Amino acid sequence: MSAASTAAVEAAFRRERVAVLATLIRQLGDFQLAEDAVQEAFAAAIVAWERDGVPASPAAWITVTARRRAIDRLRRDRTLADRIERLKVLAEREAATAEADGLEEEPSAVVDDQLRLIFTCCHPALAMQARVALTLRTLGGLSTGEIARAFLISETTMAQRLVRAKRKIAAAHIPYRVPADEELPDLLGGVLAVLYLIFNEGWFASAGDRLVRGELCAEAIRLGRLLHGLMPDDPEVAGLLALMLLHDSRRAARVDEHGKLVLLDDQDRSLWDRGRIREGERLLEDAMRRRRPGLYQLQAAISALHATAASPQDTDHAQIAALYGELARRAPSPVVEVNRAVALGRAEGAEAGLEVLEPLLRAGKLESYAPLHVAHADLLERAGEMARAARAYECAASCAENSVVRAELQRRAAALG
Amino acid sequence: MSQYMMLIYTPNEGGPTPEELQAMHPHWNAYTQSLSDAGVLVAGDALEGIDTATTVRERGGETVLTDGPFAETKEILGGYYLIDVPDLDAALKWAAQVPNAPYGSIEIRPVMVFPEQ
Repeated sequence: MSAASTAAVEAAFRRERVAVLATLIRQLGDFQLAEDAVQEAFAAAIVAWERDGVPASPAAWITVTARRRAIDRLRRDRTLADRIERLKVLAEREAATAEADGLEEEPSAVVDDQLRLIFTCCHPALAMQARVALTLRTLGGLSTGEIARAFLISETTMAQRLVRAKRKIAAAHIPYRVPADEELPDLLGGVLAVLYLIFNEGWFASAGDRLVRGELCAEAIRLGRLLHGLMPDDPEVAGLLALMLLHDSRRAARVDEHGKLVLLDDQDRSLWDRGRIREGERLLEDAMRRRRPGLYQLQAAISALHATAASPQDTDHAQIAALYGELARRAPSPVVEVNRAVALGRAEGAEAGLEVLEPLLRAGKLESYAPLHVAHADLLERAGEMARAARAYECAASCAENSVVRAELQRRAAALG
Repeated sequence: MSQYMMLIYTPNEGGPTPEELQAMHPHWNAYTQSLSDAGVLVAGDALEGIDTATTVRERGGETVLTDGPFAETKEILGGYYLIDVPDLDAALKWAAQVPNAPYGSIEIRPVMVFPEQ
């Protein structure tokens, strides 16, 4: 097998798979059928391109081949209720392609198809877990096994989750369309939430014995780039991509050579990825110029202030506290308050931070939220209350589900005690 | 177009009082009218309460009757609308406007389509 044709198939898979799949789902009206057909077309390409050479337009070749495979399947499969109708539509499409001399879709149609695919995968009528799985499978091209391993569940369970989601899309007629302008903000918020959840699952690896599952972070960023490419004018899309890049710039510094957690203050800043920081900053600046600030832009701005500070002492904590204040005003959450307390503690002294934290500690709602106790411990330590700080670290350690995090918190408690 | 059954559930306890329910009648009528005006209404009815229900089972060749509903639940089926709309998003929009949405819930189930013979 020639390396050139194999490389061409691999390149086409990376570059064109989502676009081809998105268009085919619209033409076929069936997720599973389109996915299988695209898979078969890429398999066929390995043989055909080796034999006949790489076609001028790999994307068009894959699309046409996949559609023909789908037509074959539809002809064989008599269990589908509307197969006659669907075959008629596809036959018309075949004739039109022949007439247009193989030219498939207008570029704008290709963009719209990919947006349709994204909004369908993230449809609010699907459970969050199903949205995440479907997005990684369909848009990310991850295998069922890869997704299952990333979320620490069995491959069978993940496969069932995907099958169920696709069945619901088909049977309940979840539409395949780009949302109208008036519903876009809500639905786009849902899409961004799915991407950020994938990133965070990689970043915080909520359970298990590895702190960062970098493959999920990288995938979320890749999907963020895809969405930003499709919706370049939306500041929150750019804001989320900037936020993920800025966080991810610290990935190498966040875990030491023994797999132990290194908190922000103790990180070796020379390990931070300058390229990601610059890209994140540039995206954020462009987004902010549109003067439609949102939750992701605000969080990216906070991350950028950390990423561009030469040291913990040089960080503009007052500005960070103000940004958390703005976040809290727009979307009040105890989690944001915890972060505001930490920033305020650095900007104005431990007492100011503890004052913000007190009501949260008293309310007891966040009793098992480790970051609350970490923040509490940090502020107590700064206030010179070492014994109470040690107890707070112990409390935090008992809440942490990730063994790497737990070990670091226990170490801190012991160091103070 | 696809047909969806909107199953209308109301809380068994802690819901509106009979007087409040009485006062809601015009809302239900207006809602039914709006479905009809939009040309999406296939059928719709309110059901009598579960204290009027009889459950029927065929066991060992005998018909067994039970006085009461299939199962005691916190939310009970109070009625339904069958609508014909383009897709699930359209059905979701109609469901959000059902007058009991603020205190009860609406389950949307697509009507099954069988393959042609």
